[in-house]
Formats: sequence, structure tokens, C-alpha cells
Amino acid sequence: MNLENITLISFGYFEKELLEMIVNEIEHEFSFPVKTREGFLALSEYYDAARKQYNGNELLKVIESRFATETTKTLGLFNVDLFIPILTYIFGQAFLNGRSGIASIYRLSNERYGIEKNQNTFVNRIRKEVIHELGHTFGLIHCSNPTCVMRSSTYVEDIDQKNHHLCGKCKATLDFLISEGVKS
Amino acid sequence: MTKKISILVVDDEESVRDSLFNWFIEDGYRVECAENASKALSMLESDNFDIILADIKMPGMDGLEMLKRIKTLRKDSIVIIMTAFATVDTAVQALKDGAFDYVTKPFDPDDLSHLIRNASKQISLLEENEILKEKVVSLENIEDLIGNSQAMQQVLREIESVAQSNASVIITGESGTGKELVARAIHANSPRKFFPMVSVHCGALSESLLESELFGHEKGAFTGAVYNRKGRFEMADSGTIFLDEIATISPKMQVELLRVLESKSFVRVGGNKEITSDFRVICATNRDLKTMVEKGIFREDLFYRLNVVNINVPPLRERIDDIPLLVEYFIRKYCTSMNRPPMTIEVAALKRLEEFPFPGNIRELENMIERAIVVGNGKKISLRDLPLGKTLVSTTVESLDDLEKNHISQILSKYNWNISVSAKALKVDRVTLYNKIRKYDLKPAK
Repeated sequence: MNLENITLISFGYFEKELLEMIVNEIEHEFSFPVKTREGFLALSEYYDAARKQYNGNELLKVIESRFATETTKTLGLFNVDLFIPILTYIFGQAFLNGRSGIASIYRLSNERYGIEKNQNTFVNRIRKEVIHELGHTFGLIHCSNPTCVMRSSTYVEDIDQKNHHLCGKCKATLDFLISEGVKS
Repeated sequence: MTKKISILVVDDEESVRDSLFNWFIEDGYRVECAENASKALSMLESDNFDIILADIKMPGMDGLEMLKRIKTLRKDSIVIIMTAFATVDTAVQALKDGAFDYVTKPFDPDDLSHLIRNASKQISLLEENEILKEKVVSLENIEDLIGNSQAMQQVLREIESVAQSNASVIITGESGTGKELVARAIHANSPRKFFPMVSVHCGALSESLLESELFGHEKGAFTGAVYNRKGRFEMADSGTIFLDEIATISPKMQVELLRVLESKSFVRVGGNKEITSDFRVICATNRDLKTMVEKGIFREDLFYRLNVVNINVPPLRERIDDIPLLVEYFIRKYCTSMNRPPMTIEVAALKRLEEFPFPGNIRELENMIERAIVVGNGKKISLRDLPLGKTLVSTTVESLDDLEKNHISQILSKYNWNISVSAKALKVDRVTLYNKIRKYDLKPAK
């Protein structure tokens, strides 16, 4: 695959500045240009009334089938609460070594947990989640290094513990996977 | 490097299989899925999975039935049962049937991580357990028991035949012949090998200490008994207790010991609760217990209780053929422990060792070789490295009294029984020396 860029597609209302604030770090981490754009989906089709959440598996499939291309890594960014049938919620998910992923900002704000709003923390969490899911699309698996962005996070506190960079080992793996991808 | 954990997801819902597949793949596990129990079972026949995550409600065979079948295939499999509708009954049934855990769908991401982490820990513990068991089994042919001589082969045959039984054993032999090693070999080859072998050196303890050591004590039983303490008999439960220098125990302890051996129960010092323990007794002595019984020093009933089987370990002078093997073994052992390159021994030195009487037996030979490696040139042990002129290990002297008697006797002989000079040399006054001479019944050599 000859990768040209990474595309972030936002679904629903997103402040324009919010995406611009995370683009630089993504470009720096993966060394590919990042494009942002708005996408349109009838989200109600993916709503599960019993759980009052949106089906992450179905959304990932639709991103893969309708938005992903051979030359991009595509990440759908949502502002709704995501679930998968087996788990109560997810922050995001992606096809390992695939073309697409999804992430939600729904559970990333302090206000969601009754804590005072903090825009910096919020943006940092989005940045880490987006880089994490994109990392999976490049073939990276969860890392045991507590500060690596590929460390698995189940709570926002876990996201706060790590930084938004890949650790040395994951960075080396990423470079290897990209070079192998270019060869193939 | 840690082994990659493999997970088999069994669920009839595709979305559940996909979700778990994606989740575990991102965690770096090897994952495979099956949509029903029969497919899962056939996959398990050809492949090994560390963790099986199975839905309880599936068309055809349900999760509980599959759990039972998996357990007959592989007893140690870790099966986690999932269900959308949790009832206490099914949870209890699943756990009774051997499930590792039981979770209700949907679960928190953190719960899933914990579940798999705990299961992985269990897997590594099981593997570690297997490795440790193998290590214990490898001790079976205790490598320190060396010898091709007929006498030693006879001992090994006796160990083999007695190991499987529960019979009490008395190991006799001179000091330094390796009686404790024989006891260890018996224990390591017995069905009790996975339980402790507890050693007690009876000669090193006074009567009261030995009592507390063997039976344990309750807090406050005597001054200094600050805590409750388990005794050696209690510690040896399901295993073996090795009583070294059994001939040195007092008549009172002989009675106590006989009672414990007959009832396999005892009371801690200062306690009133009867404690039972299932242990096997192996004793060792360098004295002739039979003669002690005849003289009335050792109880006859205890002797017969202990002496179900008697193994006599021959002294080194009766198994000269084993000396080259033993020398080679000790050289290898000490060169390795001292981080030295492998050494050899000169033919002349080995010949002298074969002629030496070794009153201290193998212990003396071992010490001799260790010393030779320390003082030698690092390549070859020569005659001058071996202290063959003097005995390194005192063999006949057991008690402090014996030691004192011998030493006083030597000093008196040295100074021709001149009491004043001898007392001065011994740094005691003349009255003390006279008392000691009377106590030990020392007389000048004629």
C-alpha cells in the first residue's frame, strides 16, 4: 500500500479549532500529512435504544466501507457514546493493520464525570485517543510501557497517565511496519 | 521472553466474536473464534488454547456442557463463562464444573482486562509449578550419592526398595559417610517427595530445646516463648522427618518419641490441644544402637519401633573403588562453585588418596579436595596440595566432654603429668585440673 495521508473525518458538531489543535502532533508522530473534513451519516441507524449508545462495530464497518481508501488511514471522530456488544463502552477501536478506525470524544471531557471543565486536558485526551487508534491501523498492538500512547486505557485517568508519543520500541515497530508496507 | 497467550472465543453472536477478537488482537494475544461448541471442541482437539471464553447460551451444546467436555480433554484449561442473563444458579454450576470465572455481558473494559490478566497469571503459575515439579523430580537420583562399588550399589538397591514404603528406617554408618544424603534419597524417591523433609540434629540440642523443636510450643509456655511455634513433627506433615544422631536423645525424650511414633499425635509444649501429623521417620546414628539397648541406655521398644529397616552406609575405606569417582565429582563441584577452570589430579596424588584410611570418610575427602583446589596451582592437584599427614575432621569426638577429655589427656602426656605446668598450659588452676582428672578418670600411660 502506498500511503499518502491520514484523514480525520468528524461526524456531528466539532469545533474547527479542536481538530486543528491535534493535527500537528499526529503528523509529527506518523510522519504523514493529515487532512481533516466533515462527514455525514444518519447516526440514528446505529443507535441502540436499549443501551442508549451507538454501536461501535457497525460504525467501524461503515467507515471502512464508505470512507476508507487504499491510500489513506481513515479515522472517524464521533461525539456520541460508543459501545460494542461485549463491553459497556469504548473510547475507540480500529482494524489492526487495516485502513480505518473510530474514536469518540463523548467520555473524554471532565464535565462528563462532574469535574470542572479543562479544555487542555480534553484536547490532550482526544489527541492521545486519535493517535492510539491510528497506531492500531498501522499495526501497533497495546504496549506495556506506562507512558506510551499505545498503552491500553479503560478510564480517562489511564489516558491522562500516558503521553501522546509512541515509546522508542513502538516507534521502531511503526517504522518497520511502514517500510514493510511500502515494499509490499 | 513471555509466551504469547492464545484465546478461543466461543459465541453464536458474530458481533460478540468480532468485538472480542478485535479487543484481544489489539492487546497482542493470539485469538481464534468458533460460532458453536462442537466447532470449538474440534478446534481444541487439534490446537492448544490457554484461555477459552465461552457463551453459556448457544444453539446445540450449551456453554456448561462444553465446559465439562473441555475439562475432560484438558483438566488445566482456563474456561471463562459469559452470559447475558446472570443467575446465581448457573454461576454456581459453572464454577462447580471448573470454570475459572463467570461474567455477565456486557462488561466494563477494565473488567475484561482484569479477567484476562488474572487468567494469564494463573497460566504462568501453572507453568511455573510444572517446571518446579520437574526440578524436584530431577533430584530423584540424588547426584551427591556417588559410587559404583559393590557396597554402594547395595545401599542404592536398599534405598530403592525401602523408598516406596512407609517403614521407619535407621541409617547407620560412621560419621561423614553421607547418612543424610541417603535419607534425602529415600524421601526424594518416596510418594512423599512433594512434601517437606524436615531434618533435626538431635545431638545439637538440649533436652528442653529438642522437645520444643520437635513438638512446637504455645505462646508463654516458657520464658522467651513469645509466639506460638509449630514443631518439626507438625512441619513434616505428609512428608518425612529425619532425626540425625538419634542415639544422643535423653531417656525422657525416648519415651516421648515412642509415644508420638505410636500415635502420630502430640501436644505442643505448654498446650493442651492434640495435634496429629502424618510423617515418616528416618533416623541416623554412628553408634551401635543394639549395644546401647543391651546396656540399657537406649529403650528397646523405641529401637524396634525405629529399626524396621536398617541401611548401613559403608565407610570410605571399604569402598576404595569409589575414590576416583568421588575425587572427580568434588573437583568438578568446587571448580564450578569457585569459578575456576576444570582441574585434574596427579596419578600419584590419587594413588595416595586411595591408600589413605579416611577416618572422617567422604566429608574428609571432600574437605581435602576443596582445600587442594584453594591452595593448588589451579591446573592439577598434586601430592603437596593434600594434607594427608593429619586428619581434617575429628570423627570419634562427639560431645564437648569428649573433646575436653582428649585435650586434657594430650596436655598431661605432653608435660609428663606435671600438674602445675599442665594447669598453666590449660589456663586453669590446679584444683580444677585435679577435678577434671577425677571426672574423666584420667590416668598416666604405663
